[in-house]
Amino acid sequence: MSGGRPRDATRSGRPGRVAGSLRPFGRAPLALLLPALGGLVFLLLPLVALLVRAPWAELPAQLGSPQVWEALRLSLLSATTATALCLVLGVPLAWLLARTDFPGRRLVRALVTVPLVLPPVVGGVALLLALGRDGLVGRLLDDWFGVTLPFTTAGVVVAEAFVAMPFLVISVEGTLRAADPRFEEAAATLGASRFTAFRRVTLPLIAPGVAAGAVLAWARALGEFGATITFAGSFPGRTQTMPLAVYLALQSDPAAAVALSLVLLAVSVAVLGAMRDRWTAGMGG
Amino acid sequence: MTDVSGAGRPGADRTVTGGSGTGATGTGGEGTGGLEARLVVRRGDFLLDVALSAAPGEVVALLGPNGAGKTTALRALAGLAPLDEGHLRLDGAELAPLPAERRPVGVVFQDYLLFPHLSALDNVAFGLRCRNMSRRAARDEAARWLERVGLAAHAGARPHRLSGGQAQRVALARALATRPRLLLLDEPLAALDARTRLEMRSALRGHLDDFEAVAVLVTHDPLDAMVLADRLVVVEDGRVVQTGTPDLIARRPRTDYVARLVGLNLYRGKATGHLVRVDGREAAVTVTEELTGEVFVAFPPSAVTLHGERPVGTGARNVWRCRVAGIESHGDRIRADLTGELPMAADLTTVSAAQLRLTPGAEVWAAVEAGQTHAYPAR
Repeated sequence: MSGGRPRDATRSGRPGRVAGSLRPFGRAPLALLLPALGGLVFLLLPLVALLVRAPWAELPAQLGSPQVWEALRLSLLSATTATALCLVLGVPLAWLLARTDFPGRRLVRALVTVPLVLPPVVGGVALLLALGRDGLVGRLLDDWFGVTLPFTTAGVVVAEAFVAMPFLVISVEGTLRAADPRFEEAAATLGASRFTAFRRVTLPLIAPGVAAGAVLAWARALGEFGATITFAGSFPGRTQTMPLAVYLALQSDPAAAVALSLVLLAVSVAVLGAMRDRWTAGMGG
Repeated sequence: MTDVSGAGRPGADRTVTGGSGTGATGTGGEGTGGLEARLVVRRGDFLLDVALSAAPGEVVALLGPNGAGKTTALRALAGLAPLDEGHLRLDGAELAPLPAERRPVGVVFQDYLLFPHLSALDNVAFGLRCRNMSRRAARDEAARWLERVGLAAHAGARPHRLSGGQAQRVALARALATRPRLLLLDEPLAALDARTRLEMRSALRGHLDDFEAVAVLVTHDPLDAMVLADRLVVVEDGRVVQTGTPDLIARRPRTDYVARLVGLNLYRGKATGHLVRVDGREAAVTVTEELTGEVFVAFPPSAVTLHGERPVGTGARNVWRCRVAGIESHGDRIRADLTGELPMAADLTTVSAAQLRLTPGAEVWAAVEAGQTHAYPAR
């Protein structure tokens, strides 16, 4: 976080790049240079292949199909809603983990990160057991409110939020830990309750970190496949998001799959680029 | 438990008796205005136990070395650190159970902690908005405060655009805007450069003169304390070691720390008539005062003259054999640190230092006129 504290460079905690610490490219040892270049090629080659082998001639026709736009609309809608859900629940959770002390805090912190390492398909199965029509809580939801989540668009949002929230929580918690808690104390001495201090002081101060966490969560939600297909299935127009559409198209119409992939690639690059310029300018990036 | 007796303004004198954790809360009558507190905070091995009292309009400085517990005391007063014991009464009301946001307290933090995302005006208006004042009224009031501290032209500036002195004044305006009954200042001048510091010191003194309630400031700088405060409370290692007017503290230090702060050589000893035998040493000091029992003797480093040979002089002269432990220059003066019969600091001119060939390890005779010393009872 930058732009945080006035005249207090030592507390800003921004690692930054030490001036003059960059060495000329040619001076890098071969033992590092070769694997580094290999890594770069490894990361870029698939993207290049996607662009090279794309059926550019058929592309207009492919993109004209309503299924593409249906899937894209659903993807953007569900990823954005899932991100909003992550923000509403995740930011307070991050605050709790960073600013309060309670028994088992470390355990809770570890549990929050479980969805990060859990295979998404397993996450989807777990969601079914919890929120499925016959699940622990899902049964009550069905009995009391007539709400069923699996195989609905809401279910897509739930699945995406489940896998994306840890990214947001970890990111915001880190920003909160780096932010000076004494600003909250200053707010308290001015008569602000803890919630007012959070809303009017802490939140604006950590806004760049929250934005970065939201971008991460959004990107994760947009690409979510395993938990979504397990928990919400793949119904065109209802739960079939772009990744699902790509995978299914690959079996029947590879050209369509490539076209869909290109759209998804373009959308995520465009959105991440815009967000990065706008929100993460102060993140040292 | 240390008694802190007010000796500042007339009517400000008050002796606090500590002891029981919670005394009866005074309601009405004499002595209910102002601050009356005993602050006990434990932190691991560290124990802070200080009594503080101050009348409305009085400025009290907590003076002490780093780690003495001054800031902890301030945080306890503000409600940012809980009291383990003791009480905290302000204008007769017990504040100890109240959280920070419900205390009528304003704080100027050491590095000001201005909210970086708010303009100077909104920083000052923050406390007023928290007190449910409308945005418009809060901003009007904040603008008046900024004008008072001479920053009306910078109302729209974000904190990172302000100089150190300007930021300090915004912080002061922000703390005063809520009209606190207790103003706390944590090293208010420490973050400023020397020049700004000089200006801000007198400006701050002016604002404190205008402030009608109690002000407590924390500092390790004796000059800040003496200029800004009506009364000093010297804190060392969590305890009050001395309290009194700046003048009294400067003339009659009671600990080595205070003596060093005010630039005096200080010794404790037993007096018989005009002679004081220094505790734990073979040395004695002849003084002009006639005293008996435990006393302190003090003299400034400038009163010491150094000689290569034992000086032959009158009987009123104190002479000790010393060795130079270190030398450093202070402007146009040389400060010599002496060990030997009586350790002391001595000031001399560069010329005489050169004439004496003053080098570390050199043997010298140190002489002080009895008339230059000051002796006073230790209890």
